[in-house]
Amino acid sequence: MTTTIENVSRRDFLKAGVVAGAGLTLGVWFGPHAEAAATSAGGGITPNAFVRIGADDSVTVIVKHLEMGQGTYTGLPTLVAEELDAAWSQIRVEGAPADARRYNNLFWGPAQGTGGSTAMGNSFEQMRRAGAAARAMLVAAAAKEWQVPAASIRVAQGVVSHASGRKATFGQLAARAAEQEVPAEVKLKEPAEFIYIGKRAPRTDSRAKVRGTAIFTQDVRLPGMLTAVVARPPRFGARVKSFDAARAKAVKGVVEVVAIPNGVAVLAKDFWSAKKGRDALAVSWDESGAFRLGTAEILAQYRELAKQPGAVAAERGDVAKALAGAAKVIEADYEFPYLAHAAMEPLNCVVRLADDGCEVWNGEQLQTVDQYALAGLLGLKPEQVRLNMLYAGGSFGRRGNPKSDYLLEAASIARALTGGPHAGKPVKMQWTREDDMRAGFYRPLFLHRLKGAVDADGNPLAWSQRLVGQSIVAGTAFEGMIKNGVDATSVEGAANLPYAIPHFRVDLHSPTLGVPVQWWRSVGSTHTAFATEVFLDELCHAAGKDPVAWRRELLAAHPRHRGVLDLAASQAGWDKPLAPGKAGEKRGRGIAVHESFHSYVAEVAEVTVKADGSFGVDRVVCAVDCGIAVNPDIVRAQMEGGIVFGLTAALYGEVTLREGQVEQSNFTDYPLLRVHEMPKIEVHIVASNEKPTGVGEPGTPVIAPAVANALFAATGKRLRSLPLRLS
Amino acid sequence: MIALNINDRRVEVDAAPDTPLLWVLRDHLGLTGTKYGCGVAQCGACTVHLNGAPARACMTPVSAAVGQKITTIEGAKSKAARAVMAAWEKLDVVQCGFCQPGQVMSAAALLASNPKPSDADIDAALAGNLCRCGTYQRIRAAIHEAAKTLSVGGKS
Repeated sequence: MTTTIENVSRRDFLKAGVVAGAGLTLGVWFGPHAEAAATSAGGGITPNAFVRIGADDSVTVIVKHLEMGQGTYTGLPTLVAEELDAAWSQIRVEGAPADARRYNNLFWGPAQGTGGSTAMGNSFEQMRRAGAAARAMLVAAAAKEWQVPAASIRVAQGVVSHASGRKATFGQLAARAAEQEVPAEVKLKEPAEFIYIGKRAPRTDSRAKVRGTAIFTQDVRLPGMLTAVVARPPRFGARVKSFDAARAKAVKGVVEVVAIPNGVAVLAKDFWSAKKGRDALAVSWDESGAFRLGTAEILAQYRELAKQPGAVAAERGDVAKALAGAAKVIEADYEFPYLAHAAMEPLNCVVRLADDGCEVWNGEQLQTVDQYALAGLLGLKPEQVRLNMLYAGGSFGRRGNPKSDYLLEAASIARALTGGPHAGKPVKMQWTREDDMRAGFYRPLFLHRLKGAVDADGNPLAWSQRLVGQSIVAGTAFEGMIKNGVDATSVEGAANLPYAIPHFRVDLHSPTLGVPVQWWRSVGSTHTAFATEVFLDELCHAAGKDPVAWRRELLAAHPRHRGVLDLAASQAGWDKPLAPGKAGEKRGRGIAVHESFHSYVAEVAEVTVKADGSFGVDRVVCAVDCGIAVNPDIVRAQMEGGIVFGLTAALYGEVTLREGQVEQSNFTDYPLLRVHEMPKIEVHIVASNEKPTGVGEPGTPVIAPAVANALFAATGKRLRSLPLRLS
Repeated sequence: MIALNINDRRVEVDAAPDTPLLWVLRDHLGLTGTKYGCGVAQCGACTVHLNGAPARACMTPVSAAVGQKITTIEGAKSKAARAVMAAWEKLDVVQCGFCQPGQVMSAAALLASNPKPSDADIDAALAGNLCRCGTYQRIRAAIHEAAKTLSVGGKS
């Protein structure tokens, strides 16, 4: 999501619906929002919405961005610790409550949420200002206490001191600091002064996650809690016609069976009983409105659509004329399947309804959207929906559902208990892996039709790219991202192709289908990076040029693209021949470069193809420019993980439909990369003083084209569809 | 009632004999470090030790665990397990963390039987543990790191 999400209607709703905040805390906005600092019980201080300093010397950083693996619970506290001059060991982390007034995503207008690799970009100044403000108040308290000028006071590693020998810990000063004025302006450190930024701060969540004590939604246990497992329709768009709950209710442990809008829920005291009950349930479905196409039929329709011009996303020069006059035109279709997110923690959430509102426990990714959706369903005000943000066992976009699908499902179950013996009990809705695989919200299936030409001198002349695929944001709160018929999330990475090509056109068809779709780690770039970087390789081959040298030439106006390209190529030893394989093996090397979410990544992949056509990826060299690397170790981890995620899709990822039914069910038929298939990954970070940009997604889209280009180098066979199949 | 030996304690649970050990641990006993990821022994998030050997709790009926010494992540206190956890922290292996208790249990079982595993040994022992975040490179490195600390006397 490279576009700012603006939704005017939602903003108005917020203005009308949200009561003025508690008044106890100060949000660090880029605006005139300073409020009085608040004291809290126990001699602590809460100088702003993001920092709480305890009398016990603890510094609790309130993080508004979901920790789903990408490192927000480490990276954002690093920013506070930096400006506060805290010791890393005193840092604690707490997930922020849902309160868009204090915790909105600065890139999303009035909405709170995590996505689009925005957490660090959003927070780099905001969290440093929060830390600096708290530091200034501690210093002011010490200055007053010691009767010395504030400027003469030092702060280091959680200790405030003065040349006279006076010193105090944060905790000792907290109560008096709370009486100080919140500074209107703070001075932030210069990069040369950084003690944490750019170095490795250990993850704050490692210990609990390694020991199994970290609490995910799956682990929530509340008094009286029931677990719900839902029978969902076999096809998208089908409804319950009737059901017989007798056999389900006969299962020991099952306490209730209720109908909800999209299925039938079986509730029990534990998961296994609920699942046995669900499996015993007899449901008859009304499939009159169900979606019944298969993947092959969808693709056939898309190919027909691609014959007609779509909504124009980008245009310069005259592509049609240039192609008509070109000596040689290359045409190719690129195809991408539906993909499931398949996070390790199958979807779930816990909902408790009370007279005065609703409380939710969830790996919560889109607070404001979810608050409004739940409030709408339950007849509440948004602020009556309390959201507890827990660790998410992965998300990759899925927990940020713009339609709040699984939250509404869980709330519907809880609501259906109203008036009965179990009313008000917390309900944990737990999807099975099969539910998670089949209930939809996939990366949309896409077709790209490419046409291109190079001139007699081997320079690119024209590039035409027509995309066909469902819009992710249509019909959601994010619909404002559609401009002139173009969903920005469909064409990102294609419409802004950086290469110097004089005649250029990208257009888009966004057909409406009954298959639920959603963003999937790196969104539009999941397909645009592949189509553009492999097709560029095709043109490069036609021009008889070297893939790195040609890209360099065409990227003369894009120094950051060039920077990662050069770094990856040099670290991979592009100028030296690749070591040959064993007898009967072919080896190849490919490169791709792509910008997504304002970060730049180039990857070189080395592959070995065996005589039987099977292949493996041996080595990946990755270069990333994400501005200032706040925590280089986490940047590396995100590149490693992003590459594995993209490689899994490249090798295996495919959700297929047959007569509207999803054919995959579990990791048996939707395999993920395993440790023995893991290439050696080397990550190199471009030194930069630019503002930090995201790293959660940008590593993902670059690997599949790099591997496909490597396979071409090895075999001469051009693979244009994912997953990659040589034979 | 079914009597079990879990983390060196005798516990009794009222569960149907076909209930997977996973759900007895999680829902009956509140030992939630062992995770549900797939239910068909494909992902390894539910890995526990039965008499020291790694087992997938999601497909182990509780009745089959009777009489065995069951160890979960909460009770993993062996030298190997402690070395693995320390190495995991030192190298910051985790991302979302959901699969990691299972990875740790598989790694601890490997090191208990093979104190100096090769990459191939690691691949074989950990191939049943999926990580969607893709932490495999660090998992390998952390197992080597744990093996190193164990070989110098388990100072971890």
